[in-house]
Amino acid sequence: MLNLVNYLYIISAGLFVLSLKWLNSPVSARRGVFAGEIGMLVAVTGAFIQAYPVYNLEWIVSAIVIGTAVGIPIAYIMPMTAVPQRTALSHACGALAAALVGTAELYQRQPKAAEELSGFVMVALMLETLLGFLTFTGSLMAMGKLQEVLPQRPITYKNQNLVNFFLFAIAVVLAVRLILVPTDTYLFPFFALLSLLFGVLLIIPIGGADMPTVIAILNSYAGLSACAMGFVLGNKLLVVAGALDGSSGLILSIIMCKAMNRSFTNVLFGAFGQIQTSTAKQEQRNVRSASPEEAASILESAGSVIIVPGYGLAVAQAQHKIRELYDNLMRRGVNVKFAIHPVAGRMPGHMNVLLAEADIPYDRLVEMDEINGEFPQCDVALVIGANDVTNPKARTDKGSPIYGMPILDVDKAHTVMVIKRSMNPGFAGIDNDLYYMDKTLMLFGDAKGFVTEIVKELPARAAA
Amino acid sequence: MTFDLGTGLFVFMLATFIGLEVIRKVSPLLHTPLMSLTNAISAISVVGAIIITGNKDATMATKILGFIAITAVVTNIVSGFLITDRMVKMFKKRETKK
Repeated sequence: MLNLVNYLYIISAGLFVLSLKWLNSPVSARRGVFAGEIGMLVAVTGAFIQAYPVYNLEWIVSAIVIGTAVGIPIAYIMPMTAVPQRTALSHACGALAAALVGTAELYQRQPKAAEELSGFVMVALMLETLLGFLTFTGSLMAMGKLQEVLPQRPITYKNQNLVNFFLFAIAVVLAVRLILVPTDTYLFPFFALLSLLFGVLLIIPIGGADMPTVIAILNSYAGLSACAMGFVLGNKLLVVAGALDGSSGLILSIIMCKAMNRSFTNVLFGAFGQIQTSTAKQEQRNVRSASPEEAASILESAGSVIIVPGYGLAVAQAQHKIRELYDNLMRRGVNVKFAIHPVAGRMPGHMNVLLAEADIPYDRLVEMDEINGEFPQCDVALVIGANDVTNPKARTDKGSPIYGMPILDVDKAHTVMVIKRSMNPGFAGIDNDLYYMDKTLMLFGDAKGFVTEIVKELPARAAA
Repeated sequence: MTFDLGTGLFVFMLATFIGLEVIRKVSPLLHTPLMSLTNAISAISVVGAIIITGNKDATMATKILGFIAITAVVTNIVSGFLITDRMVKMFKKRETKK
């Protein structure tokens, strides 16, 4: 029987690897999802056989039924703009599960503590619960920020890093004590509380614009806690799947950090967005603004247009209107492309999903490194809801907090148009020189409303 | 079913390297689906949750914790795979004229 279980787990692990491999291109991606589903089914079958004879079946089955009943509507009802929140929520769920299983293991094994809770099992168990609990509350905080229930600005106080470090140190001391004396279970609730608290404190000082990195890091933690569970249970499948998730989160967070020219520690402890608000010099500079009508006539006569989407597009839910603009211009023979900055939006790849939802073909969505060479030949760059990723200060102003961050070279286009609600500086609180250039036209208004106006102007002109 | 620390670390190391190599090749277009897919995969902790809840000696506390854990991860599995599929379905190369 155990042999069969082992084979099932091996098949499942293989399917998970294939699943991720097939995700490398949109052509095979659906096959990848399918492989993942089969892998999970095989794994669950394996779990039932391994646990055979399964007791408390009514508990297990009702939990599965409830989980399925909750999961299906989430998957179908949720709008694509809410994907970052859902992702944060699911990190929280996964981490909570790992933490609770770890907790249950600790108490369940107490009668046989001497054999079953010794050495590395206890180390793994502490890691599992620590990562599980802190990722649980941390992800809930991230979700609150993404849903705008919590303020997106970093929440900071004096000696924050010191306080956090101190709490973490106490948690580690408790963990070490529990590892050495696993029967001291009265310490565990304190350890769990500290981990939960630490998760909150770790995320509140991080601002909304850093969410792509934070989500990726939490993704990694959730995977690693599943991996630690594998060590506790002696289950290689859990180790493999957890490691895959952990490395995925790691790679994504490295990509996000590079795209902002910042380090892990800077994202986690830097409280971005605080520095600038005080030092920003409020000198009045002139900007040129334009009406939808003028914008439409410029776009119409252009040969090539590059659209730069950002978080503002997601907030305004403007992706379908942009699709209409795209269709209209393409029909007129205008070459339209989209420039996607790696950290545009609130999670890795956020913009691609929104634009794909609006049926924009993915070969029109171009990564930063590829499109940057095209800006000097481009007639119009249309910036919709993006700010810091277009700020030329990142190249020139050494004093700027975003100095060195790779940006989209929007300022090199012949004409720049920026749809923006007001002149308020963006999330990082940094003034954007792009807006004051002679070739820049500011289009003041809500992204969706303004694009709608432009689209309305376009057919009217063709008929005339 | 147990393994010693050495075997565990060995498996962990190899899986991490495979993960790093495979995921580095994932197109940035698909980073959001990648995250929701890995999320669904990491819900593999359902295996652990089922085993501990289905144990003959499971106490009431274990049953309750296990129940919550299974509910949470099954939600992740179901919504994770379905939403990933919903997302990757949207990526089309050329416009298909309807």
